[in-house]
Amino acid sequence: MDMTYIQGILMLAGINLIAVLGLCLLTGFTGLFSFGHAGFMAIGAYIGALMTVPPSTMPGSIGGLGLPFIFGILAGGAAAGIVSWFIGRITLNLKGDYFCIATLGFGEATRLILNNVQTFGGARGWPGVPQYSTVLTVFVVDVIAVLFLANLVKSRHGRNMIAVREEELAAQIAGVDVFRYKMIALIVSAVYAGVAGVLFGHYMTFIQPKMFSMTKSTELTIIVIFGGLGSISGSVLGALVLTALPELLRAFDIWRLVFYGAAVIVIMISRPKGLMGGMELSPAGIRKIRAERRARLALKEEAAREAASGGRS
Amino acid sequence: MLSVRDLYVSYGGIRALKGVSLEVNKGEIVTIIGANGAGKSTLLNTISGFLKPQKGEVLFNGLRLGRQPAKIVKAGICHVPEGRLVFANLTVHDNLVLGAYLRRDRKAIAEDLDKVYGLFPRLKERMRQPAGTLSGGEQQMLAMGRALMTNGDLVLMDEPSLGLAPLLVQTVFDIIEEIRGLGKTILLVEQNAFKALHVADRAYVLEQGRIVKEGRACDIANDPAVRDAYLGTKSKGGGGVA
Ligand SMILES: Nc1ncnc2c1ncn2[C@@H]1O[C@H](COP(=O)(O)OP(=O)(O)O)[C@@H](O)[C@H]1O
Ligand SMILES: [Mg+2]
Repeated sequence: MDMTYIQGILMLAGINLIAVLGLCLLTGFTGLFSFGHAGFMAIGAYIGALMTVPPSTMPGSIGGLGLPFIFGILAGGAAAGIVSWFIGRITLNLKGDYFCIATLGFGEATRLILNNVQTFGGARGWPGVPQYSTVLTVFVVDVIAVLFLANLVKSRHGRNMIAVREEELAAQIAGVDVFRYKMIALIVSAVYAGVAGVLFGHYMTFIQPKMFSMTKSTELTIIVIFGGLGSISGSVLGALVLTALPELLRAFDIWRLVFYGAAVIVIMISRPKGLMGGMELSPAGIRKIRAERRARLALKEEAAREAASGGRS
Repeated sequence: MLSVRDLYVSYGGIRALKGVSLEVNKGEIVTIIGANGAGKSTLLNTISGFLKPQKGEVLFNGLRLGRQPAKIVKAGICHVPEGRLVFANLTVHDNLVLGAYLRRDRKAIAEDLDKVYGLFPRLKERMRQPAGTLSGGEQQMLAMGRALMTNGDLVLMDEPSLGLAPLLVQTVFDIIEEIRGLGKTILLVEQNAFKALHVADRAYVLEQGRIVKEGRACDIANDPAVRDAYLGTKSKGGGGVA
């Protein structure tokens, strides 16, 4: 394994991580499942490319605005966010599974539309996207994404989202504006997915609607669940492990997806809440885990004492 | 205080409320009795803004209520939902404080918290315990306490006695009277018609989405048809089910 290969895997993991972090907020903290976030990635990838690809010189090649990368990232994220606002207006009032199905419809619709819009190359794809994504840009965006999310989750907004996940109706009864917090979570997750899409396009240097199929959406959601709902560190670990795993298993050829599936199943059976369900790998998070363990032990001892004294009387 | 006018609510194609109108005056306990599936929860959920009516309106103190549940809570309507729905992972105390989510008056919140703990000593003993570890009756008290913490003037209660042991059922109804003593107005939905009619001033009978009878609670309790259908005491006249 040479350095560029490992670097490539890390880049992919870092790019996936951005989209996964967004879903971590939507699914892990707010309790909404999506099977269409590849659609937001696609929007990000195409709008991002539109910004950075140099203007067309030859007939037949698809031109863009030739702007610097940062405009691509901002525009891609913003476009995904704006679209998610419209999607949210019409779908967030749907209950549970219906929202999930609506997102699936959105993702597939986006892909099919791109397949048929010849301006962007249709199903043949769009080659010639500048290779702007570097280990450094991906890393910087990852760090910003983690910090922003960690702060959001700790804020009043984050606690409102958790309340929506835990008991939606009870949150509503207390006066939490459930629709608003679902909307915030959806928009943030879409912006994250959009930015991931931009970085992905500028890493691959070629984008095609097929890359953003339901399989991609499902992969993102699997990573979130595998990492553990409601845990940012879980999402980070999940993105690393589940992006690297299929690559490391390449030697097994067609069997690799079987191993991938088996690995996911084994983890979910041995740790039903995912790798890090509800826990964080941070100083405060570790203190909390320790405190909870002590409390559980104390409770068990007390129960044992009670049972012993109950036996005598 | 509350007037519901000609309310129609459907779930998809299913009509759950077909033109319901009712009035609740300040300081009253009004009960709505009706069998399973009559539309009682649907009515309360529509008043709270969780469901949108096809037709009709809800006025609170003469004003049309906004459509957003959060605004309705702010206006002063609090809801004790069917099945309690407490935050199982939060402590009893945090659940209560959460009821005051929209309030900023720290001093008044602390006073109300004392009042709630006075009303429910059981909750005070268990204030540091996760709400999920409470018994059904205690969770019901917690849901009531949480509603009181919003400081709403009108309390909607959806089957507070559902699934409780007979002894606790009496406690819950005693508490309902005490809550009225705090100056609250109560709209109580119940299947336990006997107890509900006992504490209430006025009553409505809801059947398949329509109000079929209304009147003073004691008159409704003595109505032969109601006795047959809801109180399980065959009256001598023995009319059919209303
Ligand atoms: N979420 C729902 N979807 C479809 N139908 C529902 C839903 N909730 C209630 N219903 C129907 O509406 C009617 C009234 O229900 P509900 O208000 O829960 O009655 P109650 O609280 O009096 O038992 C019933 O026929 C019930 O089957
Ligand atoms: Mg009901």
